[in-house]
Amino acid sequence: MLTKDGIIKSIKHGFIEWVESIGASINESVKGLGNIVLFTVNFFYWVFKRPFRLHLLVDQLFFIGNKSILIILLAGSFTGMVFATQTYFGFKLINVDSLVGAITAIGLAKELAPVLTGLIVAGRAGSAMAAQIGTMKVTEQVDALEVMGINSIQYLAVPRIVAGTIAVPMLSAIFLYIGNVGSYLVGTTSLMIDEAIFFSKLSEFMHVADIWQGIIKATVFGFVISVIGTYFGFQVEKGAEGVGRGTNLAVIWGMISVLILDYFLTVVLVRIL
Amino acid sequence: MKFENPAISLQNVTKTFGEHTVLNNLNFDIPKNKITTILGFSGAGKSTLLKHILGVIKPTSGKVIVLGQDLAELDEYQKREFRRNFGMLFQYAALFDSMTTIENVAFPLKEFSKLTLSEISEKSQHLLTAVGLKSESFNKLPSELSGGMRKRVGLARALALSPHIMLYDEPTTGLDPITTKMVNDLIVETAEVNKENGLTTVIISHDVRATLEISDYVAFLDRGRIVEYLPVDQFKKSEHPLVKEFLRL
Repeated sequence: MLTKDGIIKSIKHGFIEWVESIGASINESVKGLGNIVLFTVNFFYWVFKRPFRLHLLVDQLFFIGNKSILIILLAGSFTGMVFATQTYFGFKLINVDSLVGAITAIGLAKELAPVLTGLIVAGRAGSAMAAQIGTMKVTEQVDALEVMGINSIQYLAVPRIVAGTIAVPMLSAIFLYIGNVGSYLVGTTSLMIDEAIFFSKLSEFMHVADIWQGIIKATVFGFVISVIGTYFGFQVEKGAEGVGRGTNLAVIWGMISVLILDYFLTVVLVRIL
Repeated sequence: MKFENPAISLQNVTKTFGEHTVLNNLNFDIPKNKITTILGFSGAGKSTLLKHILGVIKPTSGKVIVLGQDLAELDEYQKREFRRNFGMLFQYAALFDSMTTIENVAFPLKEFSKLTLSEISEKSQHLLTAVGLKSESFNKLPSELSGGMRKRVGLARALALSPHIMLYDEPTTGLDPITTKMVNDLIVETAEVNKENGLTTVIISHDVRATLEISDYVAFLDRGRIVEYLPVDQFKKSEHPLVKEFLRL
């Protein structure tokens, strides 16, 4: 039979367990974050050390950049078209539909191009980085590099992180360009906005600083996504299951980081630029 | 057992991970130009010992001296340079799966030698032929090779930079008897051929039969201690209860 004391004891016990589990997960998160910071420090140490393996950088640029172009073209064009259409119907209510091209361009430049490019690259290349390195780790290929005297971070992480940092802003620029083409086509053909007004408002309201904001954001996203992808690759343990888990974590944390960083970068960049 | 001018010397080496002692005051010499096998049950500390020899992990106390060099005196960069004295054949060969057979063998040569591309290609082909691989396999990916062929490629890659110490991590575990014999023959042949270059062979294994056939010396590791270390003929007659039990398996 349950007594009053027994009930109080079990509630206390449950509460303590709950607090302990929260403490443990906070502890794990802080440890994980610390490990990522150490990994990043390690990257900066090795990125300036010889030998510079340019062929590996080119391979990664091809993989992250070239192989993402098609999906970026698709995503960019349709995002520009949708954004222009939605803006048009909103703006028409207050008779400022002539601003559709300018607003779409600013929205794409500052937010949509870098963020969506970041999310796409996190899903495509970030996961691939974790899977490639993770598979190499569980099959002792990483150990083989180390035994040969090759630093695995320098050989595997450095080219991927550098390539990611270079490729994402470039992809974002393509996204921005093709998004504006989509916006222009929809605006002038389907929404019947005058072409001259479309361009005059665009040049009046859009500034170089807007493009810079997007490029800076995309560069940071590229770096962070690649650090996270490679970090989770090196954390892989326990065979195929571990590779799957590492890949999954790389995608989740890559995407979450893009969204969180976007806010903080916006706060900083609108003041600077 | 003590040797004069050993290839590897572990002096009072202890390694602890938290409360757990993995290597317990290990004193152990490995002679040059011989095949020495370290036997032991799973969890005996064999892999940790191997990582100490390679300088991948530092002992909690004690010294690891390889080819006369105290590894503790080397910084991380020098340690990496020093590791080029080793060749290692991993349990599953650890070939780079994005590279072909010949690219795997050429890899260390491209990274560290000053040979021209044609010289690298020539040497890689020579190494692959020496370990018994036919030219039609040179451009295959590791996934297209059998377990035995992968071991051959792994060995060719390990020998590419003419190492002074060749390490084998469980070389015959999980292989069929014919492939096991092939790998054993390859180990002996490699040791013989490279004897003039002063090649020392260290095998980490729990495959008793394979070990006794090819080793010069056998050490038995148990709970971080070498409990028996003898020339192979004497090891077979060891009276140590653990060794006797192991030999019966």
